[in-house]
Amino acid sequence: MGRKLLLEKAHVEGIRGYEVYRREGGYRSVEKALKSMTPDQVTDEVKKSGLRGRGGAGFPTGMKWSFIAKPEGVPRHLVCNADESEPGTFKDRYLMEFIPHLLIEGLIVSSFALGSNVTYIYIRGEYAWITDILEQAIAEAKQNGWLGKNILGTGFDLEIYVHRGAGAYICGEETALLESLEGKRGNPRIKPPFPAVKGVWDRPTVVNNVETLAAVVPIINFGSEEYAKIGVGKSTGTKLISACGNINKPGVYEIDMTISVEEFIYSDEYCGGIPNGKKLKACIPGGSSVPILPANLLLKTAKGDTRIMNYESLADGGFPKGSMMGSGGFIVFDEDQCVVRHTLTLARFYRHESCGQCSPCREGTGWMEKILKNIECGKGKISDIDLLWDIQRKIEGNTICPLGDAAAWPVAAAIRHFRDEFEWHVTHAEEAQKRNYGLAHYADPLVVA
Amino acid sequence: MPDDKKLFKVTIDNITIEVEPGTSILNAARKIGGDVAPPAMCYYSKLKGSGGKCRTCLVEVSQGSTADPRPMPKLVASCRTNVMDGMVVKNITSEKVIDARNGVVEFLLINHPLDCPICDQAGECDLQDLSYEHGTEGTRFEFVRRTFEKHDLGPYIQLHMTRCILCYRCVFAADQLTDKRQHGILDRGDHSEIATYIKQSLDHDFIGNVIDVCPVGALTDKTFRFKNRVWFLKPQDAHRDCPRCAGKVRLWTRGEEVFRVTARRDQWGEVEDWICNECRFEKKKASDWVIEGPTLISRHSVISAGHYVGMKMPREPLPEVMGGRKPKLLMDIHSVSEVNDPNIDLSKIEGPAHSTDFVNKG
Ligand SMILES: Cc1cc2nc3c(=O)[nH]c(=O)nc-3n(C[C@H](O)[C@H](O)[C@H](O)COP(=O)(O)O)c2cc1C
Ligand code: SF4
Ligand code: SF4
Ligand code: FES
Repeated sequence: MGRKLLLEKAHVEGIRGYEVYRREGGYRSVEKALKSMTPDQVTDEVKKSGLRGRGGAGFPTGMKWSFIAKPEGVPRHLVCNADESEPGTFKDRYLMEFIPHLLIEGLIVSSFALGSNVTYIYIRGEYAWITDILEQAIAEAKQNGWLGKNILGTGFDLEIYVHRGAGAYICGEETALLESLEGKRGNPRIKPPFPAVKGVWDRPTVVNNVETLAAVVPIINFGSEEYAKIGVGKSTGTKLISACGNINKPGVYEIDMTISVEEFIYSDEYCGGIPNGKKLKACIPGGSSVPILPANLLLKTAKGDTRIMNYESLADGGFPKGSMMGSGGFIVFDEDQCVVRHTLTLARFYRHESCGQCSPCREGTGWMEKILKNIECGKGKISDIDLLWDIQRKIEGNTICPLGDAAAWPVAAAIRHFRDEFEWHVTHAEEAQKRNYGLAHYADPLVVA
Repeated sequence: MPDDKKLFKVTIDNITIEVEPGTSILNAARKIGGDVAPPAMCYYSKLKGSGGKCRTCLVEVSQGSTADPRPMPKLVASCRTNVMDGMVVKNITSEKVIDARNGVVEFLLINHPLDCPICDQAGECDLQDLSYEHGTEGTRFEFVRRTFEKHDLGPYIQLHMTRCILCYRCVFAADQLTDKRQHGILDRGDHSEIATYIKQSLDHDFIGNVIDVCPVGALTDKTFRFKNRVWFLKPQDAHRDCPRCAGKVRLWTRGEEVFRVTARRDQWGEVEDWICNECRFEKKKASDWVIEGPTLISRHSVISAGHYVGMKMPREPLPEVMGGRKPKLLMDIHSVSEVNDPNIDLSKIEGPAHSTDFVNKG
């Protein structure tokens, strides 16, 4: 069983409240950091730990922190990205819901490192009940002297505010988030300038994911060296994976990044295999934006190595033959699932969530959805498949923010790996309508007349 | 300019110039001019914060700078990317750029009504020019186009949202020219639209300028609607003593009649001086104005006042000068005498004709 750093105590009775959390060793990292370390030392520890952003892009956190501009007399801010709206991803919710003080603790240490005296949690609007939980935790922390003025007598002041989003996936993109936090329309900003130089209210800002900031707690408690020992290569520490789809035990799992994908899907400790004796067909390993992989490329890389649940291994093979760790939203498809229908669902999502600022994403996402709908409804043409390919190609890389790429990649990967399923939908329109699932031969050879 | 200021050297489409630090690639390219300047549908030098959205100005940066010569991994929006010293940029010389730009034009057109025959903007529409250069014949879009009801924004302006390309220029203009924000964008994605807050009305002395910044026919002058086609009108520069604005305008006349009044635009189609509503909408008699003379118009364009300011064109179009032969691309032809050289058949020159073609062969 892998080591747990974040969720180890999540099910201790009453851990949501301050008393139990403190008794279980909570807020020790704050004491250690504020009393015995300088902000730069904390940043250094995070750098040495090898921690990478858990929000999707996997950018090294310590490095990000060291980029923050420090102009004289200008306040700096830390913003916690709790917008979590990517289909398939629900790990932050779990952490905040069951062990909210861990996030608050991480925020205090990180704010200290960055010199932020006012820190924000930007939370997905639909997580209304979690907002209450967090506000409760903040109030308790404040009562007990972990927030407010002159924390632990060190002269460090900190207030944390929770800001609710209004229901837009795009506000998870860090610059759109900052616009929204400022009370504006959540359009991503054109970079540069980057938030580290000009973030919220034009002040230097660091935006980090919930899980990233919570991971700072064990890093400070156990030391960066200890933390870096967990995992392999550039995938250090533990990672939360939210698993869903056709598995026996959907849920949030904390893994150290050394277990194989196969073990994760089939072992009883994690997903517990696929229900009803069905076979694995495909999987999206890192949230809806990352490329889907067919079973054969999922369990083994193209080179024939066992695929491991970590940043490097999931990306092995690049886009043609690999995928990404992304935000850890692990979606499993069994042989009865239809890739065309699934791709349409995602295309609809991205069309709906595009902010509409830039032409390729605004127009391209809608166009792709319409074509996919035609194919799914039995009105498609073979040439539509090439057209889809061409559209996604013209969106990718040509937009302001990565949502354009996120809309293009799933379509590209689905066509790349499951082209004959798209073709089958066109040539067997009637049957595709009735069965409403695709070709199962990826999992289990099935003769199609 | 003081000599101690270091200029940045930048090479765009093999042409090197020096510009001040902080200049965008687009503005550097405009200094070179001609086809080297990328098309810009959303950037507007006079509107702060504009640009970056339409993606027609994408260029390839094949060398970041002298200090860091790595190419940039993606195409960048030239209007929002500043030059670095030693940067090498490819615009029309990059296949990737042309491919992406064709894509952007296609995206802009899939939901555009293409109702040019009944659109007041026809003849001076940036989207028309853009699709002429980069569009394809026919469309690959086989669905019902997105439509909106048209409505009035106050007494003078009509919004035809169906034609809008969401460049945000009018939003910036309204924000920056008027004292209170009056309109913005509602909803998101391909269903977003320009909308006003209160009673669908925009009233402000300078709000008429949104018509001039709109690159397409989404915002039109209600006092001019369907009155005439712009190419039947003669543009003339004129001025009057105006208590509100500079009073420098362009009159669009036919005979004695003034059909409409607009701001003067520079060679990039950008307004030179914002004008007030009274000048634009109320002063429709020739006697209201002191006429300075006809506006110089490029021969290549039906009407639009673009890409030619101050340029003396040959009296007759070039093919005639050249005895019926057609040049391939005019951008690099510097004088009529060179072009007129009977030893050179321009139509035989591979690719764009350059002045060196004349030197070497002539
Ligand atoms: C469309 C879009 C949505 C995103 N949504 C989220 C989100 O919900 N939560 C999150 O932490 N990061 C999200 N991100 C990534 C953020 O932009 C940013 O990279 C991240 O918050 C940085 O934190 P990290 O370095 O800790 O990963 C999103 C990015 C994009 C392009
Ligand atoms: S890529 Fe899409 S979501 Fe991102 S800025 Fe452009 S239109 Fe908005
Ligand atoms: S109405 Fe015109 S200026 Fe305004 S966003 Fe649309 S196209 Fe641009
Ligand atoms: S002009 Fe540069 S993106 Fe529109």
